[in-house]
Amino acid sequence: MVNDIKVARYTLEGQSGLWETVIGIEVHAQVTSESKLFSGASASYGGSPMSHVSLVDAAMPGMLPVINQQCVRQAIKTGLGLKAQINKFSVFDRKNYFYPDLPQGYQISQFKYPIVGEGEVRVTLKDNSDIRVGIERLHLEQDAGKSFHDIDPESSYIDLNRSGVALMEIVTKPDLRSADEAKAFVTKLRTILRYLETCDGNMEEGSLRADINVSVRKPGDELGTRCEIKNVNSIKFIGMAIDYESRRQIDEIENGNKIIQETRLFDVSNGKTRSMRSKEEAHDYRYFPDPDLLPLNLDDNFISEIAKEIPELPDEKKDRFLRNYGLSSYDADILVSDKKYAEYFEKVTVGRDPKISVNWITGELFSALKRLSIDITNSPVSCDNLGELIDLISEGTLSGRLAKDVFEIMLETQKNPRIIVKEENLSQITDEGSIEKIVDKILGENPDKVSEVREKPKMIGWFVGQVMKESQGKANPSSVNEIIQKKLGL
Amino acid sequence: MLDLKKLDLVTIRNSLRKGDFTSEELVGSYIDRINNSKKLNTYNTLNIENAINLAKESDKRILKKNYRPMEGIPIGIKDLFCTKGVKTTASSKMLENFTPTYESTITEKLFYQGMILIGKLSNDEFAMGSSNETSYLGPVLNPWKKETSDQYLVPGGSSGGSAAAVSASLCPVATATDTGGSIRQPASFTGTVGLKPTYGRCSRWGIVAFASSLDQAGPITKTVADSAAMLTHMAGYDEKDSTSSTAKNENYEEAIGGSLKGKTIGIPHEFERLDISLDIQNNWESAIQWYKDAGVNIKSIKLPHSKYALPAYYIIAPAEASSNLARYDGVKYGSRVEGEVLDDLYKKTRGAGFGEEVKRRIMMGTYVLSAGYYDAYYLKAQKVRRLIHQDFVDAFGSVDAILTPTTPTTAFEIGENVSDPLKMYSNDILTVPVNLAGLPAISIPSGLDKDGIPMGMQLITKHFDENSLFQFGSIIEMSRSDMFQPKDWWMN
Repeated sequence: MVNDIKVARYTLEGQSGLWETVIGIEVHAQVTSESKLFSGASASYGGSPMSHVSLVDAAMPGMLPVINQQCVRQAIKTGLGLKAQINKFSVFDRKNYFYPDLPQGYQISQFKYPIVGEGEVRVTLKDNSDIRVGIERLHLEQDAGKSFHDIDPESSYIDLNRSGVALMEIVTKPDLRSADEAKAFVTKLRTILRYLETCDGNMEEGSLRADINVSVRKPGDELGTRCEIKNVNSIKFIGMAIDYESRRQIDEIENGNKIIQETRLFDVSNGKTRSMRSKEEAHDYRYFPDPDLLPLNLDDNFISEIAKEIPELPDEKKDRFLRNYGLSSYDADILVSDKKYAEYFEKVTVGRDPKISVNWITGELFSALKRLSIDITNSPVSCDNLGELIDLISEGTLSGRLAKDVFEIMLETQKNPRIIVKEENLSQITDEGSIEKIVDKILGENPDKVSEVREKPKMIGWFVGQVMKESQGKANPSSVNEIIQKKLGL
Repeated sequence: MLDLKKLDLVTIRNSLRKGDFTSEELVGSYIDRINNSKKLNTYNTLNIENAINLAKESDKRILKKNYRPMEGIPIGIKDLFCTKGVKTTASSKMLENFTPTYESTITEKLFYQGMILIGKLSNDEFAMGSSNETSYLGPVLNPWKKETSDQYLVPGGSSGGSAAAVSASLCPVATATDTGGSIRQPASFTGTVGLKPTYGRCSRWGIVAFASSLDQAGPITKTVADSAAMLTHMAGYDEKDSTSSTAKNENYEEAIGGSLKGKTIGIPHEFERLDISLDIQNNWESAIQWYKDAGVNIKSIKLPHSKYALPAYYIIAPAEASSNLARYDGVKYGSRVEGEVLDDLYKKTRGAGFGEEVKRRIMMGTYVLSAGYYDAYYLKAQKVRRLIHQDFVDAFGSVDAILTPTTPTTAFEIGENVSDPLKMYSNDILTVPVNLAGLPAISIPSGLDKDGIPMGMQLITKHFDENSLFQFGSIIEMSRSDMFQPKDWWMN
């Protein structure tokens, strides 16, 4: 493939000048489904070892795979979400290799004819610029079981619960240029998968894992030799692995060495990558079409039915938020980064000022949820209640400060803000007579300050503060200001 | 004791219902005969106690006129079909102690219709062989011997146990599997009827896999009518087998009889150039005459790519086998030989668990799928396969069935071909094109050669036209003059 980016977007400095890192990613995303790709066993995470294993998963003699329609639908849905070509003809192949947690002695995958072809993902970087990351393909395959080598000094143990669970392997083109871009891409991809509900994106549970292909070159040069870093299971580690690996490759080349095409492992304990096997040691997987399965032939109706199920995706949602609510790109990005945030926002902002709604959600609410480690779906402050809180401010019942106090009580009690205001007698004093009384009291108590303020009008703030204090924060600050100015004749 | 040699499935079915004898009596007679026929080495495992109990149950049902279609009829099952609670070895050391916790779809169906499992029948190890000499439990002997020699003959393979047992009346019918001729060739060698249904007609679920795109289960029986009766209860769509067909199924027994006048049989004359024995060539000529006598038109057809069938088959089948047999690794079930490290365990387990022929095929299969060889072997073989398929499609444009001998020779001696795999493989030359094309075919005893041992004719029809196989097949049965009853030389 010809790379038409002549000017490098991002470079690293070496002794011999600038270097460009080229990154392609293969994401393994576990398909959200009731049962496994080719058996009826449960595909849910956890469960005691060997409790989700059918005869097919254990590769008993004579057992045959039967494709799970739900997984096919999920793959198509994902393909559509990635704006990708859906291949109406695809084939399941066997990838042959021996390992104890691979009971069949082969993994059923798609090699030559994947179910999904080329697509594209729009990724917004920190500086608010957009890049487009090409998707090469998406295919369905089986996951392997899990080996445990640390339970017993004499034996290894194998759990086949995961064996046969459906994965989507999503392969990008070599379109990424830095750790930050790669992290932003995986984050975006995860968001899309979660919008589509085709993968829960849970990296801690292994639902999303990435193999990262890294090479370096002088800007404008041909692609360099790549190394593949296998099975990186957090976005942070993806960044660390790329940073380490690109620097390692630059150092190798600048020291006169060649990069050897190999598979490497990222060591979490020291942040380094190390060699796992070279190209020469690579397996010959002897791919061939699985004769137990017919090729997958999809008809247009099937695909268009699935297309109807595609929800509004983050890009479209963002565009709509910019257009309909006049939000900043920054705010819109935060809201669409999680479908639940966007939903919450849209409920709160009905009939209310979008900017104020965003500020409350991304400010007070998010920091409170983070502090309490609570997901927004379980927020003690419901969207209706937050909406009413915003109403109380715009009605003038609550000052911004009082509103924050009410919010804290809402967090604790989950109560409606109007009830809190009533119970705690927190509503703002807007009655001018009441405010005048307090102002008069403060002015009378501080004759020296009164003469001072006539010289230095900026001191008015001190009086406002005293009045607010006296009113326990309930006085309307702008009325207070106005009345003091009038009384002092400023 | 009953005279089992006179009993075929249809006769037994009628006699049981009429009360001529009981199922218990029948099962007892088979067990007795099996016990006196150990020399043939047909059964790997017997199911005596269960069989007697099931027979008693069947007798009760028959008395109450509450019988199922195949009530109380004993059956032998090739040891490749997984049978719940009964050892299933595939005649391999690898699975010598393997007892499935599940029942294959085919045996499930047959038992559900009232058939009684009498025992598991020997085969070539993992169905790889044409002589039943590769079984870990030793060769099966053909119940037939040449009039001129006392040498033991092979029963053919891989369903040698099934064919020999039916031929020697050690069960009235047996299940078998056919990947490249493994039902038809042994049927031909033992004077029995062997049916390989259309690929997809019978479920493969629960059958130890050899080559998934070719394997197909079918019956070995004494008569064409029995074969039709068996297929009626074996066939049918199975949602557990993605390659099984939803094609309509029927009562195949009803197809037999009726005039064939005006129908056409195709003769692929290219096959005459193959190394077919003179006796068999002559027998082929006789069979053609029988059809002419029945008013059937004879037409010469071309199957130009069939000469490439054998090499294509011996690429595709081992390729699939090399992958299908990867699961026998000593980790989960089956035999295991411990090793120092993981690779050691694999090598020792598979080295000890598989026999020579199985290893040879795994090696061939691994080779043809290897990077750099895939296109030249596997892919090319698949292309040849499509051409062979197309040849048949073209031929069936103008004929209703194709007639060929089943094998180029009659049964050979034990040990005769063991050291020459190519010679052994060449025995499949007339049967493998059918598997590559996924067609149904039947082998029917058609005569005895000059040494007095059976020859068989093969009929091939369109996909899912098994009915015509039975129709055409009964002509051979009615026209032949020889009797297909071996002498009981092996009995104690």
